[in-house]
Amino acid sequence: MPTESARRRVNPLPALILVLFLVFFVLPLLWLVLAATKTDDQLVHGNPLSFGSWRALADNWSALTSFQDNAIFHWLGNSALYSFVALAITLGVAIPAGYALAMTEFRGRKTLLVATLVVMLMPNATLVVPLFLELNAVRLIGSMWSVVLPYAFYPFGVYLTYIYFTTAVPRDLLDAAELDGCTQFGVFRRVALPLAAPIVALVGFFSFVANWTNYFLPYVLLPQSDQFPVQVGLGTLLNSVPQFNPTVGTAAVQRPELALATLLAITPVLVVFLFSQRFLVAGMLAGATKE
Amino acid sequence: MTRRRTFRPGRSGHLFVAAYVVLLIAFGVVPTVYAVYFAFTDAGDEFAGVANFVEAASDFRYLAAVGHVALYLVLWLVSLVVFVVALAVLLHRLGAAAVSRALRFLYYIPGALAGAASVMVWLFLLDPAVSPVSALLRAFGFGTFGQVVAPEHLPVLFTLIAFWTGAGGWIVVLYGALNTISPELLEAARIDGAGAWQTAWRIQIPLLRKWIVYMVILAFAGGTQLFVEPQLLSQASVGVAGRDYSLNQLSYDFAFQNDNVNTAAAISVELLVVGLVVAGVFVARSGFFDAD
Repeated sequence: MPTESARRRVNPLPALILVLFLVFFVLPLLWLVLAATKTDDQLVHGNPLSFGSWRALADNWSALTSFQDNAIFHWLGNSALYSFVALAITLGVAIPAGYALAMTEFRGRKTLLVATLVVMLMPNATLVVPLFLELNAVRLIGSMWSVVLPYAFYPFGVYLTYIYFTTAVPRDLLDAAELDGCTQFGVFRRVALPLAAPIVALVGFFSFVANWTNYFLPYVLLPQSDQFPVQVGLGTLLNSVPQFNPTVGTAAVQRPELALATLLAITPVLVVFLFSQRFLVAGMLAGATKE
Repeated sequence: MTRRRTFRPGRSGHLFVAAYVVLLIAFGVVPTVYAVYFAFTDAGDEFAGVANFVEAASDFRYLAAVGHVALYLVLWLVSLVVFVVALAVLLHRLGAAAVSRALRFLYYIPGALAGAASVMVWLFLLDPAVSPVSALLRAFGFGTFGQVVAPEHLPVLFTLIAFWTGAGGWIVVLYGALNTISPELLEAARIDGAGAWQTAWRIQIPLLRKWIVYMVILAFAGGTQLFVEPQLLSQASVGVAGRDYSLNQLSYDFAFQNDNVNTAAAISVELLVVGLVVAGVFVARSGFFDAD
């Protein structure tokens, strides 16, 4: 906190830098929102940061939804299905595991913790092609589980839960419950779980965003268009835009429709962002609270 | 800080982690073993030594892909460290807390566009015909989309995309880390006559070192995985940006275009080793993750 006396000369440079980056981060998004309200012609000749018309937006909407017979809704539905099923499994698996790593002693605990850390720091795209080979061997390719199960494996969520229980939950509470005759499972269910709401929200948030925005894994494991999540669907739409792919035949997609589809694809994540700012900061820091 | 655990060598702990261990084995360990197995065997399941690695490395696209990824990594990591640290420090100096909070959130928003969505946005932004900054593009002498996405520009463009989606999150993290530095320390520095610049350079940045290393490690590991950006750009530019620009694309091509899973697995193993070594060294040496 600089005091007033410390600021005899106000240096304009910091403010300028912050504003410049604000433009860099926000302008593309603003432009995208406006682009969805324009005709392709307005997109090329109009002022880039002007509002088109509601009429054009409605036209873009109907053109986009008629693409391959409502494909965009199928894809959004698929994304939602995969993300939420994976989310449910992730929470059911990661919360108890993180709890046990933090609060109980069992053989192999340390090994499991180190394995979790290492896998967590490894980018999961490395394993996509090997995963394909593995799932191909067990005949799961083309099934929804071929993406949902890998999504559900979320070591970062286990780690976050472990950190939370080691730092934020008083042990004595659990010990007292145990003295009162609760089983280990009872302690978890009646004492630890009610206290775990913040971490459930946090792990849920990260897992949802990671799964919703994943491209490489479903791209490789789900070859059928009707199974695409919306991220991969965007690639299909892109292939049908004449300006990006001159070989398109009759089923052309106009650029504003692609902008609209992109907006639809990010809306769920944006909504989640807006509602969970608090968790976010806490979680990104919990990645390494070691005071 | 050591904690007393309920010492119960018994089954309850195992029951709690059982499902997670199953997933860890199925989707962490087995694919790794699979990759290694395929990488060292040939199409007839016979042991092949390093033949697949040799084949991958002698492919005419391989060295180019390594070069692309390396160049991109250098640009990406340098810009990440310089700008993220600078922005976090500047935001931290802002007097108005509300402004600082709003800016952090706005910087973070593009993170929602990770994956294919961010590439879509940038395809538009880089096309002089429709871009809101087409004047800027033309000032650089680029009149057409094809000129903008010329192969020699790609490392810069991929850095832009990665920075746009990823920097905001790291700014939030480093800002939080700056908050853990005691105000007394900064006050003492000010009394000793340190200006804002000196405080940042001599006190704040050295204390952020651990976090900066963490960021670089994760960004490095993620950066080696470049896939969706070149893949979609090659679709959009009718092959100007090659289908085989990055190592992951090459691995994908070997597996699904050439039907050669063994060479594909060899490339996966190489990426895996890089990822494992980086992660392992970091976990073991940094003291960042206190495994207890």
